[in-house]
Amino acid sequence: MNKYETYEHDVVVIGAGGAGLRAAIEASSMGCSVALICKSLLGKAHTVMAEGGMAAAMANVDDRDNWKVHFADTMRGGQYINNWRMAQLHAQQAPDRVKELEAWGAVFDRTKDGRILQRNFGGHRYPRLAHVGDRTGLEMIRTLQDHGIHKGIQVFMEMTVTDLLLSGGKVVGCVGYDRERGRFRVWKAKAIVLATGGIGRAYKITSNSWEYTGDGQALAYRAGAELMDMEFVQFHPTGMVWPPSVRGILVTEGVRGEGGVLRNSEGKRFMFDDIPENYRSSTADNEEEGWRYVTGDKSARRPPELLTRDHVARCINREVKAGRGSPHGGVFLDVSWLKEKVPNHVEHIKKKLPSMYHQFITLAGLDITKEPMEVGPTTHYVMGGIRVDGDTQMSTVPGLFAAGEVAAGLHGANRLGGNSLSDLVVFGKLAGEHAAKWAREQGGGVEPDPAQIEECVNRALAPFSREGGENPYAIQHDLQEMMQSLVGIVRTEKEMVQALEGLQKLKARAKNAAAYGHREYNPGWHTCIDLNNLLTVAEAVTRSAIERKESRGAQFREDYPSKSEEFSTFNHVVRMGADGEMTISRRPLPPMPPELQQIIEENK
Amino acid sequence: MATESAPKSYTIPDATEGKPDQPLSQSAVSQSSRSARDVTFRVWRGDSSGAKFEEFTTKVTVGMVVLDAIHQIQAESAPDLACRWNCKAGKCGSCSAEINGKPRLMCMTRMDELPLDQPVTVEPMKAFPLIKDLVTDVSWNFEVKKRIKPFKPRKPDAPDGTWRMQQADVDRVQEFRKCIECFLCQDVCHVLRDHHKHDEFIGPRFFVYSAALEMHPLDTEDRVPDLKHRNGIGYCNITKCCTKVCPEHITITDNAIIPLKERVVDEYYDPLTKLFKIFKGK
Repeated sequence: MNKYETYEHDVVVIGAGGAGLRAAIEASSMGCSVALICKSLLGKAHTVMAEGGMAAAMANVDDRDNWKVHFADTMRGGQYINNWRMAQLHAQQAPDRVKELEAWGAVFDRTKDGRILQRNFGGHRYPRLAHVGDRTGLEMIRTLQDHGIHKGIQVFMEMTVTDLLLSGGKVVGCVGYDRERGRFRVWKAKAIVLATGGIGRAYKITSNSWEYTGDGQALAYRAGAELMDMEFVQFHPTGMVWPPSVRGILVTEGVRGEGGVLRNSEGKRFMFDDIPENYRSSTADNEEEGWRYVTGDKSARRPPELLTRDHVARCINREVKAGRGSPHGGVFLDVSWLKEKVPNHVEHIKKKLPSMYHQFITLAGLDITKEPMEVGPTTHYVMGGIRVDGDTQMSTVPGLFAAGEVAAGLHGANRLGGNSLSDLVVFGKLAGEHAAKWAREQGGGVEPDPAQIEECVNRALAPFSREGGENPYAIQHDLQEMMQSLVGIVRTEKEMVQALEGLQKLKARAKNAAAYGHREYNPGWHTCIDLNNLLTVAEAVTRSAIERKESRGAQFREDYPSKSEEFSTFNHVVRMGADGEMTISRRPLPPMPPELQQIIEENK
Repeated sequence: MATESAPKSYTIPDATEGKPDQPLSQSAVSQSSRSARDVTFRVWRGDSSGAKFEEFTTKVTVGMVVLDAIHQIQAESAPDLACRWNCKAGKCGSCSAEINGKPRLMCMTRMDELPLDQPVTVEPMKAFPLIKDLVTDVSWNFEVKKRIKPFKPRKPDAPDGTWRMQQADVDRVQEFRKCIECFLCQDVCHVLRDHHKHDEFIGPRFFVYSAALEMHPLDTEDRVPDLKHRNGIGYCNITKCCTKVCPEHITITDNAIIPLKERVVDEYYDPLTKLFKIFKGK
């Protein structure tokens, strides 16, 4: 019998990014004992990568802004299959969450009258993103961390949760191991919040960090929860493609918000060629107007480079396929042209985009004040995830909550830049609050089943006993290559069916993935375990993408290039069937109250 | 005092190393014989019961960083090589190591900055206890942070609960808050690395953290007594090794530590202040 250390808390939060930290803080402030489990060291979750800012309708820069416009922008960006209740709560509560961060010590860039500065971003009608230079994610996580460490939360760093434990259909705890020694641990809990982020590591070229192996989605799926909208994977339009040291690193949309332009190999600003119908009235039709918008001229409309990410990514893809791309398979993003418009352009660029400047000069020897960057679509975010109730953030499994990127609904078919950071704190707080309420209603905790725990432990240790088994890195590599080419930014039925077959083969290979050496800090062993999660989410993405026979938001299908009326009325839901196989079904959109419908109409 | 927000040009002064700011195309041309070559790495392997260098050879191509090479070694020959990393973009501060003896982030050290005709040495941070291979126990840092008095703001300036701060007043605090907690400054400081004063000295990272709070326009807490009596600010003798290794180019010594030392001096060693205190009956 394997020995394991056991802990008991009211609420367990898995994942310590913006959403996880905020949930833990909230549950703790409501008097619950809280455990916070994270794979990395505290303060180093993927949230640190976020550069653009937090979208909140505070109207500090443009007093025409309010939650209703933000709500309408989010719904439009999501192509109207978002969870409207989440979009409403998000727009209404984001300003309070931003102010709260400031009350906890965050230092945002300021307006001239001393308030929090907000900047323009793709898809937002008014300047809405509170930011600190281009390191807003770092600011958020550090503020939450420095606030949270004084709240009595018990933090378990560098531990990975492998399974959720259920009893009578409710969550009663989870099992995992510590990366340092490979010892198994059991956390008893009355409520669990999943805040584990996205799935980018299923793809070859991604901006996502090492942690993003779809753990939360897979844990929830295996516990019987529903995943929703898994077909919608966002490809950020501008990730670096050259040189290799920076491949996958994002060039924040903020560069375009400060005047950066996209050009093809002919030097043309190709975004002007193809402005979509539903954005035509709000987009500039000439370069001069675009520039005036960037300088803050309220009478000007935004340049087409600031259209939504899905559209920009597809335009870039089109230029590259047509042979008008940059030497290494992207297009040119140029901010150095500001020398024509701004007297002190070198200082201006270094002040507005310090991390960008620093990152590229150091890692690639590229001076963005002098030359353009080679950029292209990069796997960045997943709109899909665990289906949750709009108000409580609880999944279909009682006691299991989810917040942040791991949850589905807020962003619909495509996420607006800046909405993720505010998503984290709005729904982190709500998930923590409702998890605490749920925990308090449970009375005494339920003992997890020791046999269940043994089974989880044995399954996790299995790779060590597979003599002569396969190298897990090779399987992971093959999965990433396959998803990148067959279920990427432009999809077809034939390729995706091929991917499904490929996934079955990879699943068989993964059953034979072997680990060598001992259990202490053994990344090879960890990869064997992660593979199962990656394969589950990759299958969910592929099956959902095949079923949705239309193009909408982030999903573009060459064989069905338009939006269809039929597919506008539901979301795809994936769950594990009785036989252990993945099933997929349609879930009709819940009807939207008339007052919200009116808001959308008024803001069209 | 306005802080320079643009990063200063930063070269490691060592005759055998190249300049990190050299444009890639130039170095690629002048070192064309270097594209796709086998490079030997001497990597520290083992744990607290025993550790030594192991040699690995792997193919290095144009544009790779040291972390890319370590990943290749994991995939090709050493699947259990322990290495901490996360973002591979210089933002999370996870992959701190000592490369050819210099404390650097592995993801920000380009292979073409290093001399490749001899083995590249990759070691863990020596100031912290070894867990395994390149991973060290940095938990002391998280304990220290908890002991520093947290942010305590004044009452809001406006009826809606918000504050007013000017950009000029937050510039220097924003410099400190760029810190990614890579702990390279802690690693290199002799007070910790050589003299092991962990019980009495919080280290450069936490002087920056203290300064970020002390100089925060809204903060009302006083950390000066702790800095003098508990956090060992007197131990810093302005060697500035911390400033040299900071990947975010935070001017730790000049902008954080020295001003804090000045506050301690003002509070405890200024004769006029002492006089006023006597008259006030403190």
